[in-house]
Order: sequence, then structure tokens, then C-alpha cells
Amino acid sequence: MKSSTARTPWFFLTPNLVIFGVFTFLPIAINLYYAFTGGVQLYPKDRPFVGTENLATLLDCGSYLDPASCKKDIFWRAVWNTAQFSLFQVTVMVLFSLITALVLNRKIIGRGFWRGVYFYPVLLSPVVVALIWKWILQREGVLNAVGVAVGVPQTLWLAEPGWAMFWVIFVSIWAHMGFYTLILLAGLQAIPADLYEAAQMDRASPWRTLTRVTLPLLLPNLLVVLVLAAIKAVQTFDEVFVLTGGGPGSATTFVVQFIYQTGFQEQVRLYGLAAAGSLLLAVALIALTLLQLKISRAEEAGERAR
Amino acid sequence: MKFKLSGVCAALAAGVTVLAAAQVGAQELRVQCYSDGNECEVTGDIAKRFEAANAGVKIVIDKVPYKAVVEQLPVQLAAGEGPDIARVTDLGGLNKYYLDLTPHLGAARAKYWQDNFASTLDWFRANAADKGIYGLMSQLTVTGAFVNKTLFEQAKVPMPPATATWDDWMAAAKKVADATKTPFAAAMDRSGHRFAPLAVAYGARIFDDKGAPVVDAGYQTAVKKFVDWHKNGLMPKEVWGGVGGSQYRDAFEEFANGRIVMYYSGSWQVKRMDTQVTKAFDWAVAPAPCGPAACTAMPGGAAFVGLKRTKQPALVAKFLDFLATDANYKELMARTENIPAHLGVAKAGVTYNVSPGAKAALNSFVADVAKIAKPNYQLQGYRFNRAVFLPTAQRLGQAVAGEMSADDAIKRLTADIAEQVAAASK
Repeated sequence: MKSSTARTPWFFLTPNLVIFGVFTFLPIAINLYYAFTGGVQLYPKDRPFVGTENLATLLDCGSYLDPASCKKDIFWRAVWNTAQFSLFQVTVMVLFSLITALVLNRKIIGRGFWRGVYFYPVLLSPVVVALIWKWILQREGVLNAVGVAVGVPQTLWLAEPGWAMFWVIFVSIWAHMGFYTLILLAGLQAIPADLYEAAQMDRASPWRTLTRVTLPLLLPNLLVVLVLAAIKAVQTFDEVFVLTGGGPGSATTFVVQFIYQTGFQEQVRLYGLAAAGSLLLAVALIALTLLQLKISRAEEAGERAR
Repeated sequence: MKFKLSGVCAALAAGVTVLAAAQVGAQELRVQCYSDGNECEVTGDIAKRFEAANAGVKIVIDKVPYKAVVEQLPVQLAAGEGPDIARVTDLGGLNKYYLDLTPHLGAARAKYWQDNFASTLDWFRANAADKGIYGLMSQLTVTGAFVNKTLFEQAKVPMPPATATWDDWMAAAKKVADATKTPFAAAMDRSGHRFAPLAVAYGARIFDDKGAPVVDAGYQTAVKKFVDWHKNGLMPKEVWGGVGGSQYRDAFEEFANGRIVMYYSGSWQVKRMDTQVTKAFDWAVAPAPCGPAACTAMPGGAAFVGLKRTKQPALVAKFLDFLATDANYKELMARTENIPAHLGVAKAGVTYNVSPGAKAALNSFVADVAKIAKPNYQLQGYRFNRAVFLPTAQRLGQAVAGEMSADDAIKRLTADIAEQVAAASK
């Protein structure tokens, strides 16, 4: 009887574990194998073992800060583009999401409508988002048409490296901030109203209420948002690929695009190099996840100490 | 209830038996087809006649986007999956997956193929020793320059002659652009395939004495010239510089919107020009632009190939042979408005039901076929030609975007090609 009770959880867990194993752990194992093998053959048994050659090729650089000095310059351009994108996109998006959540948490007219407006882009497919913005930003696009009508000279929004990166970040924030706003809004609504009443009775200023009541209590949600947004930013591909194709030049080429291009777009498909690239990306993602775990544990420890 | 249940069971059993019998009797061929215009539809029509003539045979045309043929089909084939027949453009690169039709054709039909497709059969083969018959060119293409005739007339600038060089054309197009306030003189599709005739015209041999691809002095001259045309504002930056990686981008919209005077693309655009541009302005196809080494163009095209993985090789050969017959091939060319690769059909002539402008354009492309220089043919027939085309698009794109100099682009291009060819040989 006891053993049958012990087996029950496994009975329910097995289907999920099988799916997880086949579609997550098995690809990870295959990816690891590919990263240490070479050639252009698809079947693992046909691929020669090359040790760390693929990783060495990717890491072969005069200076990591100067992609032009690297053997795989596109990979390092992609690394720095991804880092730049992640830093700006995550910072600005979390900040805007927070501001938006604070505003939408107040008793404003048409609050439900505004919440819908901010969440709506999240429902759109990334490809649709990119195509809409491409239509707006191309040389003959809506933005230039409006600009020219009011006397502003035509600008190549997607063909100038600086502008292209700006718009890639902007579009990404526009498309995703609704989701993070929703998480923060839920966090704000979980803060007990009596704390605000107490602050009001103590005649605390709105700024003091924000910094001493709202933000400390919202911190766990903010951390979740920050880490989720960072992981998503590092994995960015589809929107940017449709919007700019990684251009101009390689100005908006990110690591995932490099992996896709190396493994699937070229005639000579270097699966090993692509797998090694995804291994390095995985290392970055694991580092971010560990950081999240460390911060949340420190947070829990702090709460227990209080 | 018992009666009802047994009735249902009997009906199910009968249904399964009929289905199984149908499965045994039916021979189904799946044809993966991408389309530039109406190629898949016309092939489907001809396939219906094949089905009518061969009871029990079903030809299923699976229409897919071009990207699926370029990116997904090779992976499918490497995994032992895929259709029975596919319409491909990487003619030599996929050779190891092809079905040799020769043993299924019979001696007389094999000779027919060898005689009529003599100029393109090599493009499918692995090497000089390979004598297999692998596919049917459903579309022979030739690159060339489309010119906005209306703008030339408005600017009162005479069209350069047939012997005009790329520089002459760029100078004339610039004059026209200036006089008509057109933003740019010219544009070229973002593709290494389109760049190759410019390189060969300026002396590129493409291959060294050992047959390996090389970025020689001629290629380098063309790279520098091309980057300068962008720097000097003769060509719009966004076509080559606005996209990343080795992605393809055409400049048809720019031409159709009257934003460029000359557009370097190819014969597959004639149908699109005829339907979308003719109503806006007059256009024409210029003779192949020259350089110090040659007046040349790049051949290319798409082909139906039989795939080794098929369980019905004889039927695959029979269907492709049916498409290759004079009458069917002629119909395919006439209705899709393509240039025939079938020498017999080409010699007899194809009656295109098109406007006079489109007819003149097709004739101009046909006339350019004779001018195609040897390195262009060799490059088209090279198994790893995309290992030259794709890095060319990527590195020149970076140079045009201002990310690196033309010299650096040449160095990177040389390294990329060497890396790809070495990896493919492992």
C-alpha cells in the first residue's frame, strides 16, 4: 500500500518528464555532442570528434573588445550587440513598465481600457509586430512621410546603424512592456492598503511613500521582471530578424541570429560552430539565472532576518 | 443494439479494406515546388495529364516558400526525409541526394536528355567524372539590367550602346538621375549571384588553376567599384547595407516606384515587370554590361530533381521525362514566361503570349545567353557556389553599411570562402 502511494507522484509526473526529456534534455545533449564534433554531416555518427576546436574558433580573438580582431568577427559583433541591446532594453523597459504599472494602479478614468491598450501588443505575433514597424520605418514609410510633410528631411531609420539599434530597442520595449507591466501591477495590488493609510496618517510625501513603502514591497516582483526580461533580451531573434535582418551590416545581428545563420542559412552548414555558439549563450543564460537565484535567496534571508 | 454494432463493425471493416486496397493501388509522388510566378500551377496542370495517362498515379504538388527550399529541404534530405521530387536552385550542392534518372529512362530517352539539356546537365553533377542525369531545368535564368526608358527619354540622354561598360552605364544613369531628380542611378539585388557578372566583366576568373574559388584581382576591383558606387550615392544604401547576414533582398520596389534608373536583376522579373511596371513607365532590358574582360551575365535557374530517397524511382523518372517532352516543356516555358534550357525547344522557338515590351525583354535575355563568359558558367556549375555567393552578400553588405572598408571586406570574404570550402571537404 505504502509503495503504491509512493509510486503515485511518478505516475502523474512521467508524461511531463518524458516530454521534457525528449524536447529539452535530449536536444541539450545533442547540442553538446555537436559542439565537440566537426564537418557538415547531420547524423551524429558521421561527425568527426574535434574536441574544443569549435569553441576555440569562436574565442579566437586579438581583443574581445574589438570584433575586427577576432577570427569569427560576426560572432563577437553579435555578442556586443546583444549585450548593448540587453542593457538598454531591459533597463528602459523595466523603468517604463514600473511607471506604467504605478499609473495604471491609480484610480484613473478608463483604467481597464488603458490596461488593455498597454497589454495589447503582447498578444501580437513578433513577426506581425516587426512587419508593422518596418512599414512605418522604411525609407518610404509612414514616419518619413509625416516627417517630410512637416519639413523634416528623410532619414534611413533602419539603414543607419545607430538608428537601427534605437528602433530595435524601441520596438522590443513596445511589444513586451505590457507583460512586465502586468506582473508589476499584480505586485502593486498585493501591497496591503493599510500601509498606505498609515503612511498618509504619518503625512509621508508621495515620493517617500513610493521609496519606503511601494518599492521595497515590490522588490520581489521587480527582481522577477528584471531577470525574465534579461533572459528574454539575450534570446532575442524573431522580431529583429524580420525588422532589420540583422543589418545594417551587422549592427543589429544578435547571437541567436549568428547561430541560426551558421547552422541553417549557409550552404555549408557548420552545425558544430552553431552548437558551440549556443553553448556559450547557454553559459550566459545560466549565469543570469544563478544571479536571480542568489538575489532572491538574499532577499528571502533578509526578510527572515527582519 | 447487437445488430447495429455488428453493422458498424462491418462498415468499418469494409471501409478499411477499400482504403487499404486504394493505398496498394495508388502510386503517389510528392513534388515540393516553390514558385517565382506560376511555375507550380503550370506544372500541376501538366501533372494532371500525366495522371490521366497513368491510371492509379497521383502527383501532389506541395507549394512552399523559397526559404523552405533553401533552408529546410537540405536538412530534411540530410535526415533521410523529404519529397520524391523538388524544385531547387542549389543545383550542384544537393547532388548527393539526387536520383540518377539514367537507368530508368532507357537508352533512347537518355540520349534525348543528353542532347537537349547538354548545356545544363553538368550543373547537377558532382564532378567531371559524373555523367548522371539528375534534373530538369524548369527555368533557365539570365541576369541583366532593367532600364527605365521613360526617364532616359525625359532626360534626353541616349541609351549606351551594346558595348557600354558598367562605368558607362553608371555614368549615363547618373546623368538621367540628376536631370530627372531621381534619387539613385542604379541598384542591384543583394545577391552574390548578381554580383558575379560585374566581377567577371572586370577580370575575375573566380577559380584558380586547381579549381578552387579565389577572390582574385578582378573580383577585388569589382568589390571596390561597387562599394564606391554606394559611397558616392549612385546606389541606395539600404539594398545591400540595410540588411544583415547573407540575406537576399531585391530592388524591384525601388525600380517600380521610379526611384532608380537602372536595376540589375534577371529574366525571372520579366513577368513582374510586365504586370506591375508597364502601366507606370516604359522599361527595357539593356544588353549585358561590359568590362575590360567581358560583356557577360550570370546563368542560373531552378530545376526539378528526383531524390534518391524516393520509393518509386521509376515513376519519378517517368514523370520528369513527361515534363521534358518537347510539347510539355514548350508549354511550361510559354506559360511561365521563362527561357528554355531545352536546346530543341529553344531552337524551335517559344511563342510567349506577352506584351511587346516583355517579348523584347525576353529576346534581349536570350541574346545575352551567348555572351555569358566561362567563369560565370563555371561558377553556376560549382557545387559550392553558394559558399561564394553568400559571403559576398554578407561582406559587401558590411562594407556598404560602412562597417568595414572594401579592403577588409575582401580579406574577410577570402577567409569565409576558404573556411566554407574546407569545411565542406571534410
